[in-house]
Amino acid sequence: MKHPLSAVTDRLVILIPYFWLLFFFLIPFFIVFKISLSTTAIAMPPYTPVLGLSDGVSGLITQIGEFSFDNYLWLTQDALYFNAYVSSVIIAGISTLLALIVGYPIAYGMARAPATIRPTLLMLVILPFWTSFLIRVYAWIGILKPEGLLNQLLLATGIIDQPLVILNTHTAIFIGIVYSYLPFMILPLYSALEKMDYSLIEAAQDLGCPPMTAFWKVTFPLSLPGVIAGCLLVFIPAVGEFVIPDLLGGSQTLMIGKTLWNEFFANRDWPVSSAVAVILLLLLVVPIMFFQQAQARAQEQGR
Amino acid sequence: MKSLGNIRRDFAPWNKPDAKPYIQFKDVTKRFGDFTAVNNLSLSIYEREFFALLGASGCGKSTLLRMLAGFEEPTSGQILLDGQDLRGIPPYRRPVNMMFQSYALFPHMSVEQNIAFGLKQDGMPKADIDTRVAEMLKLVKLSQFAKRKPHQLSGGQRQRVALARAVAKRPKVLLLDEPLGALDKKLREETQFELMDLQQTLGLTFVVVTHDQEEAMTMADRIAILDKGEVMQVATPAEVYEAPGSRFVADFVGNINMFEGKVADRDGAGATITSANGVTIRTANAGDAAAGSEVAFAIRPEKIKVSSKKPEGGDNVMEGEIYDIAYLGDMTIFHVQIGNGQVVKASSLNATRATEDPLSWDDKAWISFRNDAGVVLTR
Repeated sequence: MKHPLSAVTDRLVILIPYFWLLFFFLIPFFIVFKISLSTTAIAMPPYTPVLGLSDGVSGLITQIGEFSFDNYLWLTQDALYFNAYVSSVIIAGISTLLALIVGYPIAYGMARAPATIRPTLLMLVILPFWTSFLIRVYAWIGILKPEGLLNQLLLATGIIDQPLVILNTHTAIFIGIVYSYLPFMILPLYSALEKMDYSLIEAAQDLGCPPMTAFWKVTFPLSLPGVIAGCLLVFIPAVGEFVIPDLLGGSQTLMIGKTLWNEFFANRDWPVSSAVAVILLLLLVVPIMFFQQAQARAQEQGR
Repeated sequence: MKSLGNIRRDFAPWNKPDAKPYIQFKDVTKRFGDFTAVNNLSLSIYEREFFALLGASGCGKSTLLRMLAGFEEPTSGQILLDGQDLRGIPPYRRPVNMMFQSYALFPHMSVEQNIAFGLKQDGMPKADIDTRVAEMLKLVKLSQFAKRKPHQLSGGQRQRVALARAVAKRPKVLLLDEPLGALDKKLREETQFELMDLQQTLGLTFVVVTHDQEEAMTMADRIAILDKGEVMQVATPAEVYEAPGSRFVADFVGNINMFEGKVADRDGAGATITSANGVTIRTANAGDAAAGSEVAFAIRPEKIKVSSKKPEGGDNVMEGEIYDIAYLGDMTIFHVQIGNGQVVKASSLNATRATEDPLSWDDKAWISFRNDAGVVLTR
């Protein structure tokens, strides 16, 4: 018989992730959302109204009455925000695709490697995380700048006779994002490919598929969950990425993360930057939630 | 039609000197690193034969099958299919299909897509594919499950899909790797007969790998018994059982009693054998065992009769004591300890409900067998 207490603890264990979501996602989100409805002010904190009960309940109601969607209207009136959103999505999209193209063969190679060396390979994929992200991105400046390592190597070997301009272009951002987020692409791909039964590929070959056809008809479709997970894990942080475009992309790159940072720290306009953040979240989370639901339904109907 | 011992009386190409083998392994050796999986093995399989490769795990039987399918290349030697050397031909160009032990059904495809997979790959016209798939589904009695995905099927149904997919392309040879291994006992027995029927209907050559001797005995026309990468014996099920060629085969297939000893005397075809622990056995057929040579006399439990009274006459009669009794319903197995301490297994069919000759533990008993009941093994 099950102890009645264990039923309670079971429930509590299930509740932990919900508490996590509540405290670290929903509550902060509502704080940001609330700020986005406020107006900027020269004060501390730099917006009004600051909700409080100092004027009693009626005061609180008046304060709530001051909320407005003006900041969101403002976002539609200045093309800067729209362009920054679009450019972020495009840069993140291209980077995700590149990460997939680079990451898939690596994950495939790891999954097909002898079982004894797989843990070592996994370790190597995770190893860069042991160094600060910021330092690693800084290191890329040293590699990519006109007189940097890459150009010196190419010039010395005679492949080029003029230094390539890579730093402060979109190419540098792509390199930075692919480099930084590659492990997030490789790990879900690896786990999808590793648990795949190799006899499926043998069966496909046995039924007449040359290796490439077998890959596209069997291996790739079966690794799709890994592909989707990897792409989401790269795409979502890449859209809001700030450090990489700031350090490698130069001043003319427009990305929403940078715009947000400017609003917040340079303009000290918390309400507008909060509105930017809320829109960014909605733009990312809503389609992804719909997508995942569709996925789950497809899985229900039969993998 | 199969008769006693599964030998189709009209089907025995291996006995015809001018019959051409369909599949031929010629001095095939396969090494993985310093492990020899198949050692200088030669084997001939005939067209339309149901051939079983039987052995314990690690005996090289699966490697043989995988070499036929093209997943492994022999280290040395030759494999011929219908006269054509298979070396260098990749699996996707070989006219053989395999049914995998794990079934290897594509989980993202429905039953009909699985069956149509190989046909599509061959560029068969769509209408023909549909006809063939429908025909295959009917053959394995799964027509109403065409749209299901593999994970929505039972183990037995999956096995049939795997079978349908493997025969859909009408291969010259169908390879089956432990085809019934994942099924429960009852289903396995039914499916054995279905496989035999299917093989007859389609007229294909089947090569099946199994570790289950009962399965091999039931289904196969001939069985190759393998041990450590070598063929121990190739023969019909009846021959393997009644005339095993070596101690290994005798011991591997079914139950057997072994008396290790020496040939004391030969008279014509027969001989007298004295076992190492002092039992004298007379046998009518001693093959080519020379007088004085070390041999084993082997006899199956069902050929030994147990009785409480000393039988009159008889060729070989020994006195002993009932050591153990196992009642299995259809038969009873007696373990009888004979004079020299050896325990002999004897089984008797429970043809009537009441035993006429009730024997119990520690009873004195007599065992007897005819002089043509056992075999003399020199190897």
